[in-house]
Amino acid sequence: MLFEALTLQLGYNATLVAIGAMLLGISAGATGTFLFLRKRALVSDAISHATLPGIGLAFIVMVWLGMDGRSLPGLLIGSALSAWIGLLCVQWLTGGTRLSEDSAIGAVLSVFFGAGIVLLTVIQGMSAGRQAGLDSLLLGSTAGMLFSDAVLIAGGGALVLMLTLLLRRPMSLVAFDSDFAAASGLNVPRIDLATMGLVLAVTVVGLKIVGLILIVALLIIPPVTARFWTERTEHVWLIAGALGGASGYIGAAISASAPALPTGPIIVLVAFAFFAVSLLFSPARGVLSSVLRHRQYQRRVHLRQGLLALAQGQPIYEGYTLRLLQREGLARPDGVATGDGQARAAKALLDEKRWEILRGLQAHEATAARYDGLTGLETILTEDQLRDLDTRIAAPREIAP
Amino acid sequence: MTGAEFVPLSLTPILIGIFAAIACALPGNFLVLRRQALIGDAISHVVLPGIVVAFLLTGAVTAWPMMLGAAGAALISVVLIEAIRRLGRIETGAAMGVVFTAMFAAGVLLLERSDTSSVHLDVEHALMGNLESLIWLEATGWRSLLDPQALAGLPPELPRLALVLALVIAFTWVFWRPLKISTFDEGFAQVLGMRTDLLGIALVMIAAIAAVAAFDAVGSIIVIAMFICPPAAARLMTDDLARQVGWSVVFATLSAILGYVFAGYGPLWLGGSDSVSAAGMIATVSGVILALAALFGPRRRGMMA
Repeated sequence: MLFEALTLQLGYNATLVAIGAMLLGISAGATGTFLFLRKRALVSDAISHATLPGIGLAFIVMVWLGMDGRSLPGLLIGSALSAWIGLLCVQWLTGGTRLSEDSAIGAVLSVFFGAGIVLLTVIQGMSAGRQAGLDSLLLGSTAGMLFSDAVLIAGGGALVLMLTLLLRRPMSLVAFDSDFAAASGLNVPRIDLATMGLVLAVTVVGLKIVGLILIVALLIIPPVTARFWTERTEHVWLIAGALGGASGYIGAAISASAPALPTGPIIVLVAFAFFAVSLLFSPARGVLSSVLRHRQYQRRVHLRQGLLALAQGQPIYEGYTLRLLQREGLARPDGVATGDGQARAAKALLDEKRWEILRGLQAHEATAARYDGLTGLETILTEDQLRDLDTRIAAPREIAP
Repeated sequence: MTGAEFVPLSLTPILIGIFAAIACALPGNFLVLRRQALIGDAISHVVLPGIVVAFLLTGAVTAWPMMLGAAGAALISVVLIEAIRRLGRIETGAAMGVVFTAMFAAGVLLLERSDTSSVHLDVEHALMGNLESLIWLEATGWRSLLDPQALAGLPPELPRLALVLALVIAFTWVFWRPLKISTFDEGFAQVLGMRTDLLGIALVMIAAIAAVAAFDAVGSIIVIAMFICPPAAARLMTDDLARQVGWSVVFATLSAILGYVFAGYGPLWLGGSDSVSAAGMIATVSGVILALAALFGPRRRGMMA
């Protein structure tokens, strides 16, 4: 069943939803990257919650004008307008008063959401029969999606993606170093506003599929995940877009494969699964690799210190060091060095001595700073330099009679 | 309106609203000053999976297991946010966004997958609460306040919230000085030998307890709004922390009373017939108060003036 869903064989509607969700995921991941790199990820939370009063008002206005209140384009326009007002409120509270941005975000999201809930209850009271469907925008609902809705979502997603591609260079510059961007003549506030506009567009487009509470996840989780795999801005948004698209597509497919699997939450959980895997296993920043790196470092330190102790004939009491030396065949269980161990120990001692001499020499100041007690000097200096150092080590000399 | 009508139908919801609002606004003061305002947002989202899991384990909608579940979920989310922030070297806002959306999604999924049709447990209830239904049917008038038999019929949310409010007040009062110092100058607090890390965790836990208790009665919108709006508005009124806390209590109380009254009677005044969501209206009123403070508050611009 899942296989059929993934290969788009579950029928017309499921296919539409899957493609729409994929486009939405790609544009959300790519757009969210700039928000995340600008360290303003949670502004999207305020924007998405601020859509609710607009949805309610749009419904009321459309019914009042004698139209069908559930018409998706109308609701989306209303939600965009009120989200825009919410965004302006965040900026007004942050810029116009001494409140910090997080307070402004929290205030706007809760107040707008509260006002939206009030409007929803008003709508419930005014015409119970026609209300059906509005609260589905809270958590998204793809059941019974119209063809025109799907086209609207797919088209909107594609449009946002195109705009993101067009604006990606100035947006990454601002996200990376806004002072430098301003100094190079970019209008930083305007570019920030454009980023926010794109985020708003993603939110509005995603209302129907993911719902307004969870759309934030699609804007935040893929960029955060992508950050584990690369250090380059231009790669972050590419990977984030790909991850977002994959989450949208796989999530929509899973949700179509069985009943009672709501699309929005499944998409978010798929994205979170990608995140969890990256957090644990990514090669550069993952938990597993940093544990391994730490273990290896620990091993090198213990081995080196153990060898130095052997070379100086000191007894080793530390259990891990002793086990390590034994396992490498450098020492016997009673702590006495093997032949191999003696050779390695002598080499370690020589290396320490070379470093010690090196530290006393002005000419090697830069090299001396690289001393960490682990690196062999022969990996840094040339043969000639080493030979020069060795002449300074006080070698045993013949005693003049 | 007479006491015979007011006491059974409106007194308890208003009191519960006030208690919930103050219990959230008190820790909110420190969260806003410490730039942790969105912790409240995160906590109120993750409460949903907590209560759903508690429901699945106990099979019933009962208060204490659910509150334990919610508190457990809040604790897990705080730990997860901190772990992701440190392990992945990700800024707090993004780490929060990852954790609370994923946990909320898991909560919604669990809710959809489990059979909750027989009980009153759904996402909307979690968001909006049902303040309006917390009425005191046993009461017949003001005299009932002295009648033990009628008092036994009080909605259980009221004494529970009163208890939590007392706890929050006690915490704020006992730890006033350390809270104040560590909020404004963490380094100095550490020099004085205070365990600022433990204090920070304690503050978040108190906030979580307040959020969970309030959530049970009034839904998560009010919780987020009351954590942030009254303290933020109060911050624009004064530079003195004690006065700020005082203002925030006043604003929270005002929001709860006005919000409830507008929700219940506003539509009638405007010629409508049905009341609107009290939780939503309380949040809206607190927003209006914040907007007024941002426009006219004497300290809206900070020290520069």
